[in-house]
Amino acid sequence: MSWITEFPQLSRSELLTVRKTLDEAYREFSRSHGEAIENFFDPLLAFLVWIENLLISTPWWLVIAIILAITHFAARSLKLTIGVGISLFLIGFFGMWEDTMSTLSIITVCTILSIVLGVPIGIAMAKSNRIQAIVTPILDVMQTMPAFVYLIPVVMLLGIGKIPGVIAVVIYAIPPVIRLTNLGIRLVDKEVLEAADAYGVTSWQRLWNVQLPLAMPNIMAGVNQTIMMALAMVVIASMIGVKGLGQPVLQSITNQYFTQGLLNGSAIVVLAIIFDRVSQAYAKRSQRHMGGRHD
Amino acid sequence: MTDSLIKIEGLYKLFGRTPAKHMGLVKQGLSKDEILKKTGHTLGLKDINLDIKRSEIYVIMGLSGSGKSTLIRHFNRLIDPTEGKVVVEGQDIMTLNDAELREFRRKKMSMVFQRFGLLPHKTVVENVAFGLKVRGIGKEERQQKATQWLADVGLKGYEDQYPSQLSGGQQQRVGLARALCTDAEILLMDEAFSALDPLIRSEMQDQLIELQEKLHKTIIFITHDLDEALRIGDRIAILRDGELIQVGAPADILLHPADDYVEKFVRDVNRARALSVDTVMKPAKFRISAETVGEALKEMRTSKHEYAYNVTGDGYQGALALDQLEELDKSEYGELLTDEHYYDSDVNVEPDAVIEEVIPETLDQEYPIPVVDEEGKLQGELSRDTIAEVLSPQPEAGEGEETEKTG
Ligand SMILES: Nc1ncnc2c1ncn2[C@@H]1O[C@H](COP(=O)(O)OP(=O)(O)O)[C@@H](O)[C@H]1O
Ligand SMILES: [Mg+2]
Repeated sequence: MSWITEFPQLSRSELLTVRKTLDEAYREFSRSHGEAIENFFDPLLAFLVWIENLLISTPWWLVIAIILAITHFAARSLKLTIGVGISLFLIGFFGMWEDTMSTLSIITVCTILSIVLGVPIGIAMAKSNRIQAIVTPILDVMQTMPAFVYLIPVVMLLGIGKIPGVIAVVIYAIPPVIRLTNLGIRLVDKEVLEAADAYGVTSWQRLWNVQLPLAMPNIMAGVNQTIMMALAMVVIASMIGVKGLGQPVLQSITNQYFTQGLLNGSAIVVLAIIFDRVSQAYAKRSQRHMGGRHD
Repeated sequence: MTDSLIKIEGLYKLFGRTPAKHMGLVKQGLSKDEILKKTGHTLGLKDINLDIKRSEIYVIMGLSGSGKSTLIRHFNRLIDPTEGKVVVEGQDIMTLNDAELREFRRKKMSMVFQRFGLLPHKTVVENVAFGLKVRGIGKEERQQKATQWLADVGLKGYEDQYPSQLSGGQQQRVGLARALCTDAEILLMDEAFSALDPLIRSEMQDQLIELQEKLHKTIIFITHDLDEALRIGDRIAILRDGELIQVGAPADILLHPADDYVEKFVRDVNRARALSVDTVMKPAKFRISAETVGEALKEMRTSKHEYAYNVTGDGYQGALALDQLEELDKSEYGELLTDEHYYDSDVNVEPDAVIEEVIPETLDQEYPIPVVDEEGKLQGELSRDTIAEVLSPQPEAGEGEETEKTG
């Protein structure tokens, strides 16, 4: 009775067969469909390249000016605007401007993609308990599965490059938008919803005039988290050929360049802080009427 | 105006997973608790039949959990019944499809909510215009109309504020303006004033009554507060555990509570303040028709009345007491009757006066006081005995005190 002392496991040869079959099947799939899938993502690639080129080819001072303008209109805080200006200047001063622009472009694209995909999924989850029951475990897996594991099939399918990088980042970063859109809509005050229904809204009017605006604080929090997670993925994404601040960091790890690692790491942190502060200040400002209801 | 506008027939609502399956038990007459224990379903409403007339304020009253909110949500189908009909102007609204139901809600009924249900991210004027926006009416037109209604509820100048910047009373005025702005004929108000401080609440009640005098809407008003019900209701329906216990005019409910439950509501009400004279006055039976003192004396002696109301071809003249006339000298019998002969010449009790206001006059008089309306017509009489009877505590409706129910 060997199973008492030893785990009853597949024999090596059986295991090998299983692996071989699955790998073979997937390789076959990627050989036959890889190109079609790549073509499918072409517009996305074009968009990404366009944004990256735009950011890099625009004079640095103009980019800074635009970012400062956005900061100002979003947050209306002089302190924040000055801080952002100084940070961006320092990044360029230490020779990281181009990498930062690459990272900025990929983060922008990933964030847009996450919102475009995530918000509708979140809405669907809020609408149907069944969809929620199906999607929630998938999100759990996406968030706990080590990023390297799902990089493998993506790379097998699409090779190394920007698109697999974007896909990896989006898979990693999209769950918060979905979860918080779902949560936000489910938490909308029932009486306000009833009021809207009592005045004869269509389900589209209900979504647009009531559910989304009232869920906005939560959705914004989700977007914020998504951006932070996307930034955290930058280093891992650089392993599969995504240009940007991640690559020098990766280089520093293999070559033990302490200062280079620190500088580029700091640039990532600075980007994160800018995104975070600006989006939070904007959220706070746009929702100043939502809190503190009298009763 | 007595034509019926809304009819509710045989309405049942059972909350739970498979309500239709358990309707048998409900019809067997099992109590709410028994049904909950046996089936896990909550009995919301049981065999409700209502008939609401055009332009009346119909109050639905009951303790918390008695099913008031459930009932009012059937009027515009925010809740669908398990069984029964809701008929508005002859049309059973259960037969409406989605698009028709939306149309019905946009045009026929509007609703005011206990916690206001305003959109926090929209300005006050946008909130008021919401119903029109939903209907697809252009921005300019709806803003203009909303501004007008805001002025009508006394919130001129608050157009561009946000709800969170307003007090509770002001927010509910916005809720009321929003409901009126759609020009819906029927207004549903679910404990609309219950969240407000007492002073603000009575202000809002006054405002509602005042608006109703102009607008003549049909208002279904939910409350758990009997004073509020008596104050604004034309008729009151009382609900307990999903069942209709009594429907009647305010005075009916006060003077003839149907059972212990209603009795308990009614007990603490100050009747002198809640009832008007016409609800308790008696018919003025003793009438004579005399020109002179002598004629009056003669008529009263033959009919053996201690007092009488003199009604001539010119209408009501005044009230006479036999003993006062008998004190007069025979030489005065030929005189015409004047104010100095009538005992009510310096009192004036109108039918819609509140009893409290007329207590002093009534108690001062040995004889009943005539109740005379604005046009000078005699409507009835009010005696000390009647007042005493109305104001003294009622005998218990049931045998002894019911044990206090908890929860
Ligand atoms: N959606 C629901 N599901 C289950 N039970 C409900 C639901 N809505 C109301 N009830 C029950 O129906 C009863 C009446 O509730 P409600 O109409 O809110 O009372 P009221 O407004 O008079 O306080 C209560 O026992 C309540 O628990
Ligand atoms: Mg209620």
